[in-house]
Amino acid sequence: MTIQFPIFMDYHSTTPVDPRVLEEMLPYFTQHFGNAASRNHAFGWHAEAAVDLGRERIAKLVGASSEKEIVFTSGATESNNLAIKGVADFYRDKGRHIITTVIEHKAVLDTCKRLEKEGFEVTYLPVETDGRIDLNRLEAAFRPDTILVSVMFANNEIGTVQPLADIGRMCRARGVLLHTDAVQGIGKVPFDVEAMNVDLASITAHKMYGPKGVGALYVRRSKPRVRLVAQMDGGGHERGMRSGTLNVPGIVGFGKAAQILTEEGVAESERIFAQRERLHGKITSALEEVYLNGSAAHRLPGNLNLSFAFVEGEGLMMCIKDVAVSSGSACTSASLEPSYVLRALGVGEELAHSSIRFGLGRFTTDEEVDYVAELVVKKVQKLRELSPLYEMFKDGIDLKSVQWVAH
Amino acid sequence: MAYSDKVIEHAENPRNVGTLDKDDPNVGTGLVGAPACGDVMRLQIKVGDGGVIEDARFKTFGCGSAIASSSLATEWLKGKTLDEAAGLKNTSIVEELNLPPVKIHCSVLAEDAVKAAIADYRAKQVAKTAGGSA
Repeated sequence: MTIQFPIFMDYHSTTPVDPRVLEEMLPYFTQHFGNAASRNHAFGWHAEAAVDLGRERIAKLVGASSEKEIVFTSGATESNNLAIKGVADFYRDKGRHIITTVIEHKAVLDTCKRLEKEGFEVTYLPVETDGRIDLNRLEAAFRPDTILVSVMFANNEIGTVQPLADIGRMCRARGVLLHTDAVQGIGKVPFDVEAMNVDLASITAHKMYGPKGVGALYVRRSKPRVRLVAQMDGGGHERGMRSGTLNVPGIVGFGKAAQILTEEGVAESERIFAQRERLHGKITSALEEVYLNGSAAHRLPGNLNLSFAFVEGEGLMMCIKDVAVSSGSACTSASLEPSYVLRALGVGEELAHSSIRFGLGRFTTDEEVDYVAELVVKKVQKLRELSPLYEMFKDGIDLKSVQWVAH
Repeated sequence: MAYSDKVIEHAENPRNVGTLDKDDPNVGTGLVGAPACGDVMRLQIKVGDGGVIEDARFKTFGCGSAIASSSLATEWLKGKTLDEAAGLKNTSIVEELNLPPVKIHCSVLAEDAVKAAIADYRAKQVAKTAGGSA
């Protein structure tokens, strides 16, 4: 098979819409364009039926006991905001303490920061060197006034999967609600809101081969019934939890994407895992001083986050510009700090600057894996020949003993 | 962000990569930046009779713009007198490579590396003269 360039290996950032998803969506733009809230004519009924089907398929993917537990939003950022602020607003008289982790997505961290300004107290749990939280620390963090724990299912940078079932058990025993940002893990590693005692879960379509601009929040309806204060005022859609006309084509696509993952997710994950291992093996057998960031065992199948010592991440990305990957290097973002996730694992700043995240997915081919492995090896070798740090390392100089002139 | 063609060209075909003998009295070495900051440049000059730079070499750990800035600096240094070299401004690098604001620090680092290399060479000359007259 010939390789199409550029190669997309950044499936954590977003995914292409699966052609089967697009096919189901198309009639809902032009033909079945009705407003799902129009109760009195055929256009509305058709749209509502399509939304109901989408809701059912998504409920099945997350293991919900009722499709009424799915609230549609514009995406996971909105879902995270609605879950955390909605719970905080509703339960503020019960307690004002929230527990989360330092490696959450900014949509969770910045939401928590805002709540802190409003008088809530937030405990940010650190993570171990493999990226997982220590359950003993969680145990110690609970307070009588704790109302919510928010821990992501799988991390977007390092792919580390958290022990969510254990966390769920601990929260349930204390009557504390558990929210999880399940965006990265859903459909890739086993997830079930019942088995894991999850009360709220954020997901988004575009990370699972659906369209951008549509997401969902799972909100448990019984044992316990979770209550939320809506964060947007309007027509009272989604049982009053999220006003706004439903994105019918988006929901149709989201539902189809969920159905595909329910049916094919396990087999797909096995294939992607094998490709990931092949990529990792080829790179580490050819290069010295390459470090895996995050847990080797508890990891998304498509995630490979490596630090190539003595080579700067963005410099490497430029040399492999036919391959779309991502880096924890500061240089890739407007902020001058390297990845806060990698720093939270205790990865040194120099290795954080040297990190590359490979994200494999549904349309990754074996040929692409082999091509990328060879290209990365060749370019890392070239950049190391260009690196004063590699020369010093080869000369036996301890880089930590050097007095650097920071700027 | 999109890179300028010139940055890509220098990063893919860097000029004057290499190492000069740092103990050679005619070689000045500048090592600036820090691994923790994501860029380290080592720039070396070899000065011939009459204070003219005969050769310039670099090695850089950093992003494409950092590599391109140091590569360009070595190109400009060859054939210059030390005084001319000392006048090299980071803004000329920014202009030549079309660096965006977020990458200006790369050009500053290259200017610092040039100045550090010149200072190292001059310090060696002073030491040599002082040693000779003692």
